[in-house]
Amino acid sequence: MTTVRRLMVGAAAPALAFVVAAAVTSVVLVAAGDSPADFWRVLLSAPDPRDYVAIANATAVLYLSGLAAAIGFRMNLFNIGVEGQYRVATFAGAVFAGQALLPGALNTAATILVAMAAGAAWAGIAALLRVLRGVSEVISTIMLNAIAVSLVAFLLQKVGRRQGETFRTDTIPESSWVPSFPLVPGESSQVYGLALLAVVAGVGFAVLLNRTRFGFDLRATGHSESAAVASGVNVRRMVVYTLLLSGAVAGLIGMPELFGGSHAYGSTIQTGIGFTGIAVALLGRNHPWGIAVAALIFGYLNQQASPLGVTADISTEIIAVTQGVVVLSVVIAYEVVRRYRVRAEQAEVARQLRRERGAQAVSP
Amino acid sequence: MSRGARLWLYALAGLVALSVVRTVTGADDLTSAGTMRAAIIAAIPIALAGLGGLWSERAGVVNIGLEGMMILGTLGAGYYTYYQGPWVGLLGAMMFGAIGGVLHALATVVFTVDHIVSGVAVNIIAAGVAGFLAEVFFADLEGGGPTQSPSLERPMSITVPGISDWSADLSAQRWFLVSDLAGLINALTAGLSIFTVLALLALAGTGWLLWHSAFGLRLRSCGESPSSAETLGVNVYRYKFLAVTMSGVFAGFAGCYLAVVASSGYANGQTGGRGYIGLAAMIFGNWRPGGLLTGSLLFGFTEGARLRQGGESVHALLLLIGVALLALAAWQLYRARRAVALLAATVGAGALWWYLATEAVPDSFTEMTPYVATLLVLALFSQRLRMPAADGQPYRRGEAG
Amino acid sequence: MSPDAVAGGGNAAPAVRLTGIAKRFPGVVANSDVDVEIRPGTVHALVGENGAGKSTLMKILYGVQKPDEGTISIAGEEVAFASPADAIARGIGMVFQHFQLADNLSVLENVVLGAERLHGIGARARTEIERISAAYGFALDPDELVETLGVGQRQRVEIVKVLYRGARVIILDEPTAVLVPQEVDALFANLRELKSEGHTLVFISHKLDEVLAIADEITVLRRGTTVATVTPDTVTAHELAELMVGAELPTPSSGESTVTDRTVLEVRGLRVDDAAGRALLDDVDLVIRAGEVLGVAGVEGNGQTELVEAVVGMRSAVAGTIVLAGTDVTRRGTRERRESGVGYIPEDRQRHGLLLDAALWENRILGHQTRPPSVRGLWLDRGGARADTERIVDAYDVRTPGVDTTARALSGGNQQKFLVGREMSGDPVLLVASHPTRGVDVGAQAAIWESIRAARRRGLAVLLVSADLDELIGLSDTIRVVLRGRLAGTFDPRTVTPLELGSAMTGADASEPA
Repeated sequence: MTTVRRLMVGAAAPALAFVVAAAVTSVVLVAAGDSPADFWRVLLSAPDPRDYVAIANATAVLYLSGLAAAIGFRMNLFNIGVEGQYRVATFAGAVFAGQALLPGALNTAATILVAMAAGAAWAGIAALLRVLRGVSEVISTIMLNAIAVSLVAFLLQKVGRRQGETFRTDTIPESSWVPSFPLVPGESSQVYGLALLAVVAGVGFAVLLNRTRFGFDLRATGHSESAAVASGVNVRRMVVYTLLLSGAVAGLIGMPELFGGSHAYGSTIQTGIGFTGIAVALLGRNHPWGIAVAALIFGYLNQQASPLGVTADISTEIIAVTQGVVVLSVVIAYEVVRRYRVRAEQAEVARQLRRERGAQAVSP
Repeated sequence: MSRGARLWLYALAGLVALSVVRTVTGADDLTSAGTMRAAIIAAIPIALAGLGGLWSERAGVVNIGLEGMMILGTLGAGYYTYYQGPWVGLLGAMMFGAIGGVLHALATVVFTVDHIVSGVAVNIIAAGVAGFLAEVFFADLEGGGPTQSPSLERPMSITVPGISDWSADLSAQRWFLVSDLAGLINALTAGLSIFTVLALLALAGTGWLLWHSAFGLRLRSCGESPSSAETLGVNVYRYKFLAVTMSGVFAGFAGCYLAVVASSGYANGQTGGRGYIGLAAMIFGNWRPGGLLTGSLLFGFTEGARLRQGGESVHALLLLIGVALLALAAWQLYRARRAVALLAATVGAGALWWYLATEAVPDSFTEMTPYVATLLVLALFSQRLRMPAADGQPYRRGEAG
Repeated sequence: MSPDAVAGGGNAAPAVRLTGIAKRFPGVVANSDVDVEIRPGTVHALVGENGAGKSTLMKILYGVQKPDEGTISIAGEEVAFASPADAIARGIGMVFQHFQLADNLSVLENVVLGAERLHGIGARARTEIERISAAYGFALDPDELVETLGVGQRQRVEIVKVLYRGARVIILDEPTAVLVPQEVDALFANLRELKSEGHTLVFISHKLDEVLAIADEITVLRRGTTVATVTPDTVTAHELAELMVGAELPTPSSGESTVTDRTVLEVRGLRVDDAAGRALLDDVDLVIRAGEVLGVAGVEGNGQTELVEAVVGMRSAVAGTIVLAGTDVTRRGTRERRESGVGYIPEDRQRHGLLLDAALWENRILGHQTRPPSVRGLWLDRGGARADTERIVDAYDVRTPGVDTTARALSGGNQQKFLVGREMSGDPVLLVASHPTRGVDVGAQAAIWESIRAARRRGLAVLLVSADLDELIGLSDTIRVVLRGRLAGTFDPRTVTPLELGSAMTGADASEPA
């Protein structure tokens, strides 16, 4: 297969998935008595400058979340627990930063490490259950999500300050805040400084995965655990490292908002990002660039959908339907394309061999 | 001893243990008729979700999409019950659940997508659809709103005259074992929802169908060795597809039960992860109907106890858990399984210490109980479990032999 | 001897007639122009090399796969099978080489599956199974779980499955591959009995002496097509073999001994347990010296897989020591052992040897993740890996369009040649080779034998496990027999016969009539 054809085949799957998702969404809208035309008009209208900023912020956060899930997925480890790891990590980070044990930027850096450690530790429980007791990480991370929610709620009441009906942690000292930067000139709302963490993490993931021994071991285990074992990979150790890494990245998810917006952990914490991250990773094929595109699309959809209720009288929940259908149809489309590729490649090998044999037969 | 007899024995042992704990701790509500009723109501949706999981996984398809199918079930129940009463509501819930099942079957059976990936996608779609349609269905109804339905008509409930009164009296006496048993009997004879009976029948019927009929043999063979089934002329795709669809039907039933029996109407986020707990109950039950019912009752009981006298009852349960785990630790130590013994002893000692050091368990912690219990059970017993041999593996026709 | 030496069997319509069958898979032509005629009440053997298309042909006859071209007639009537159910309805049954049994179901459940209409799934079915079992001396308990049965018993379950459905035509795909010679005799007695009752038997094998002993007619397949049909009395084993191969036979012969006195691998008192603590291997002692090939013979499931995995480090030893080139590696992992020079050709290359969906150059790195030329420190060396993959492709004649092709796209023989080339890279001191030529074509087989021999001359020590006794005898300097997890006997390959090995493999005394 030529490179061009390979790329076209690769692009066919997501394109197909979006067509299906658009169709399903429209059908659902019609069935509910809403106007698909209004929906698409709102969705596809050009975003305002301030929307660009919101999309950028959302993309960064979703990218980190998608990355956290993808690290596990590349090894066939289903870390469904990104949500729980993110909650525990953000809470731990907020509490640590609020103590102001260290001055200024040092506090920021240390907090990021604390959050990563907390996320890793929470994921580590699932890792230990898996390697020591053979408990599927799928079930254990799901349970740990629910436990994380209750545990954090409990601890917040213990260490947080009451603020009206709810609690929140101590506000981070201003010297440790991370300044935002303008994306669109002259626009007052700005992109979180720590959104750049997404870029750093993405580059790190790409290099780790494709250029290092560890990345090779990780991918090899994902391709075929039995072959990896025979090649000398210590799969138990890899499971632990990979889940810890996944949890550590999940720990980063809350940092841009924590240091750029909320400056404390409270009831305003954004929920569900960890689950959306799974969808983003699946849509992006667990590939560093793919996840970026997927995060951008999800960020865009979420932002563009928000005025739906006001301007078109359509529930914004419809966007979750679109996103869900995209994910399901994209995994199906990828499978169809994969089968097509295998066939095409096998046929090509056979063609080439026939040509070779023909050439040999001609030569004396 | 037959499987059935053993089950009864376990049930009796469990009741005796609870009775002892109640007597020792004085947490009298632990086995009251009210707690038992709450426990049953909490257990049935879990058992139904687990039953859905059983159908699917016995045919070799891992189904974490149960949660989503259950969400669809709550929505279907809400919509159809509001307009046409609980029986049509049940059918509607099953139909909605089945749609989720068909989606999962399409992805996993026809397109051999990874089962976990497909399950996650189904859950995302279901949550989105329910959120959107709930607003469409209920926002403009009197007593409804964008995230919840109006109050719904409940299905009929059964009260056996005589026994129900008599057991209620006995239950209030607080006699050792007798009152506990009476509490249970009262829960089963007074105000027992017809849907509870139907759920138990579905469990028993599934057990019979899967293990005593030709249909069940074929379905199970698809989960154990699809290639053998194929070489004997079984249409593996058809059985898998059907099984996963049925899985959705039962998950839909579970959702319906939540919406019209366990609460008084549909609400967004009502399932609260019970689909996952159902799956855990099924695993705990070693992929068998009796086992999954036991698991569901266990989880249901912790939830029931929490809902009633949360802090006090769960606190009393700590004593039971602590002692039980220490006993298990001793037994495992005797069997020279040091890892399990250590784990059980640590957690058991922790539970005992907690019991002795406090008076009640904070609410946030009681919320965690079913999840922690699931993790603990899996950690302690996962190696004794035997899932269907080809569970979760992709199957393609024509690769047999 | 001419290809059509056999006249059609009298007036009766052939039990099975295959005409012009062709079947293509992406990249492979499995069958083309296949014509076979099988007379009723006979044992008809289908012989051919691995990969000659025998199994595909039989899967077509059994309805597992559909032919792209050609027709199938059963008892004179043309049929088209959409699934095995159709074939079963026509009285065809198949005993697969890889048993199609569900471990966690009982014998009864395995037998009645798909045929529940015949006698139900209860008492009547049980009676019928007991009747069939008794009639052929099978001694099967219908309620036993299949996972508890041995290989011979499982094969009997497979045969009962076929008889239970009243099959008249029974296909047996390599039925002797997993049996020891003594079990083969019992099987043949059963087959003769079935024939005398009027069953038609299709017997697939590449073991020619067995074919000559049992068959009434023999059809030879080569490269997916039928080349001849002969009778046993008109052909010798050697002629048959040449028909199969189409050329002079390669033979594995080791030539001059190159054994040195430098010990490379020393195993002492090795014990390996299963999860339940039962010994899979016990008290195993062996020594391999530089330049020596130690062959291990044994019936599948007697511990040779565990031995290989213990030596490679994939299974941990409960007791005993493994010393590699003077260093005790018992407690070391697979990676460290590979680093100190262990090459490993696994039994199942697709499961343990390759990343099927990764490019060849990435597969080059597999197993060498810590060593040049594919890795520098903690970083992958993509250039180095690609260059060295090119080298392997050239040196081992791997037929591939390039090093970016995925492993899955290659044929079995080429996958195996690549694998052997990779495992010979980096100057190994010990090669652990498990069935190195299983499922590869004749050309690749000869090439693999030659590379093992060449490496041996350079002082490589080889632990060779194989089910092919000719291969073992031809390549080894010493042969050990593994039986029920213990090494039972030592044989000199220059003097031992396959039958003697067979006796040792079953634990039967060699003097007993086989």
